[in-house]
Amino acid sequence: MSQVDTTTNAGQLLAAASGGRRRLGDRVFSRTAVVAAVTILALLAGVAIFLVSEGYPAFTASASELPGGKSFLDYVAPLAFGTVLASAIAAVVAVPLAIAAALFITHIAPPRIAGTLGYLVDLLAAIPSIIYGLWGIFVLGPAAVPVLKWLEEKLGWVPLFEGPASATGRTMLVAGIVLAVMILPIVSAIAREAFAQTPRKLTEGAQALGATRWEMIRMTVLPFGKSSVISGAMLGLGRALGETMAVTIILSVSGAVSFNLISQANPSTIAANIALDFPESSGLAINALIATGLVLFAITLVTNMAARAVIARQNDE
Amino acid sequence: MTSSKWFVVLSAAVALAIALAACGSSGDTTGGSGGGVSGEIAGAGSTAQQAAQEAWIAEFESENSGVTISYDPVGSGGGREQFIAGGTAYAGSDAALSTEEGELEKAEKRCAPGQLIEIPDYISPIAIIYNLPGVEELQLDPETLAKIFNQEITSWNDRAIAADNPGAELPDTRITPVNRSDESGTTENFTEYLSEVVPSVWSYEVSGDWPVKGGEAASGTSGVVEAVAAGEGAIGYADASQAGELGVAKVKVGSEYAEPTPEAAAKVLEESPLDKELSPSKYTIAYKLDRKTESEGTYPIVLTSYLIACTKYDSAEEASAVKAYLEYVISPEGQKLAAEQAGSAPLSSALTSKVTPAIEAIEAG
Repeated sequence: MSQVDTTTNAGQLLAAASGGRRRLGDRVFSRTAVVAAVTILALLAGVAIFLVSEGYPAFTASASELPGGKSFLDYVAPLAFGTVLASAIAAVVAVPLAIAAALFITHIAPPRIAGTLGYLVDLLAAIPSIIYGLWGIFVLGPAAVPVLKWLEEKLGWVPLFEGPASATGRTMLVAGIVLAVMILPIVSAIAREAFAQTPRKLTEGAQALGATRWEMIRMTVLPFGKSSVISGAMLGLGRALGETMAVTIILSVSGAVSFNLISQANPSTIAANIALDFPESSGLAINALIATGLVLFAITLVTNMAARAVIARQNDE
Repeated sequence: MTSSKWFVVLSAAVALAIALAACGSSGDTTGGSGGGVSGEIAGAGSTAQQAAQEAWIAEFESENSGVTISYDPVGSGGGREQFIAGGTAYAGSDAALSTEEGELEKAEKRCAPGQLIEIPDYISPIAIIYNLPGVEELQLDPETLAKIFNQEITSWNDRAIAADNPGAELPDTRITPVNRSDESGTTENFTEYLSEVVPSVWSYEVSGDWPVKGGEAASGTSGVVEAVAAGEGAIGYADASQAGELGVAKVKVGSEYAEPTPEAAAKVLEESPLDKELSPSKYTIAYKLDRKTESEGTYPIVLTSYLIACTKYDSAEEASAVKAYLEYVISPEGQKLAAEQAGSAPLSSALTSKVTPAIEAIEAG
């Protein structure tokens, strides 16, 4: 929000200044900016190098040496599956909710309520993930048990709700919903910023032509904010993919690869698995954990690149 | 505007707090001496011993103000590794040093031949906890227990459970077996018990990772206890001290059903033979736990954790500090403190007299 403004302002200032005589302040600023940018690249490269070099022994090790006596691919596949599944649930739940909340705040609610509401949604981001985890197992999990039972009884024929329903509520569905709450503020803040910037002449023009409020939103606000919403969703997805503590605490993991969202047997996620197994691991098992971290890194990278590609295509149209 | 002002105030406050904390801690380490020993010693290892080690350290340091002891709960494997590498003065480990990967040899080399100390210092019974409203008492024989945890028995009114509990009214609730999702010594000891006592039912390899898929899994002892408490029909295993209000099942030993009391846990160790292969010198006392014991008053599902140290240290200061600390750990007061703070079973007097010579042998080399 405000960061976006400052960076664009700074960019314009720099562009203006570079045309004329360069002053000390400008030079210091541009050097600092370059150093900062290079540092970020160097950090990223450093992390990648660390993951590759420390994870490499696990890639080449034979199956019998690795934890569980499985080859590395067999070891990481259920984890990658669980990671993507949990994040997908989070995105499916959070994105529509975030868009609706953003629309309400920018175009429907009276200004006074809108301000407070926006602030409250942002506040969700300030809650540490461990608190979400505790909330998940003490409140949401037990509260979900009857719902899970109902899903098993009524919708048991859908593979997602095959059951048997968990007795504790510590299932993939609940973990996904907690993740959704966690990523909601990011997605909605970005959507809100974009929706708020819809040019007035467009919205007012649409209404002047007799469009209802919904038609106005559909024809002007949504198309205008589309690419921002996508990038916001991807940012949220990135957070969900890497989220550790909440999933570690909530999810009952037993390594099974299944789309069954309401049972006690769930696949673990890469980040949660590292948190769970690292303390008692030694030797090659640590290399294997780091190698799974590399896989997570790759998944996140692919997700972000896909998002960029989608946005780029949007902008071309 | 106002928010940025707040930010400045807040960051100033944080910086101040950090500065103050730094001053405080540096003041502590230079603190004066008292008691007979001084210096800094570092230990690392088992997370099961963490609560006990913290209590011991706090008490020991308050009596010997010149000593600083640290215990890093990195896990048993990490603790053994650090000790062998010479990074720590002592280690805590849920398993005795093994010969399989040459750990025992390496540890002997780290000290010197015949100078390695390995003694049990922390014994904790593992309770079978369950949540079944209306069923106040539950008795299980090892075979039924194994079948519940490998998901062969899925309902509480199963015939096998009814046979162990004559007269009890068992509901038809589905059984939710709860296991640890992280690697743990508790899991290792529990599965070792199952595989030794009922190998025909429990054919999995013994390790700190739970072998059966599809159960409810929770992280840490507290996670298991929480999951059992939350799920009707749930059953799990956890340190007996953490069972709280939950029901604790009695397990069949011989012809009786035994409860996980500290005395019964300590008695198993007392009656178990030494593992000759893992106890090469007189100061290495590694037990081969007699899980199949049938004698009355024992409870064989226990976790035994060891202290690993040397009899010789380079500096006299380090040697006397380690000696004084370990003496305190195995002393009746130390064991009583661990029982209060961590719910462990105190070493029996017979055990204490058996392990004391090892610690008395510590000296500067």
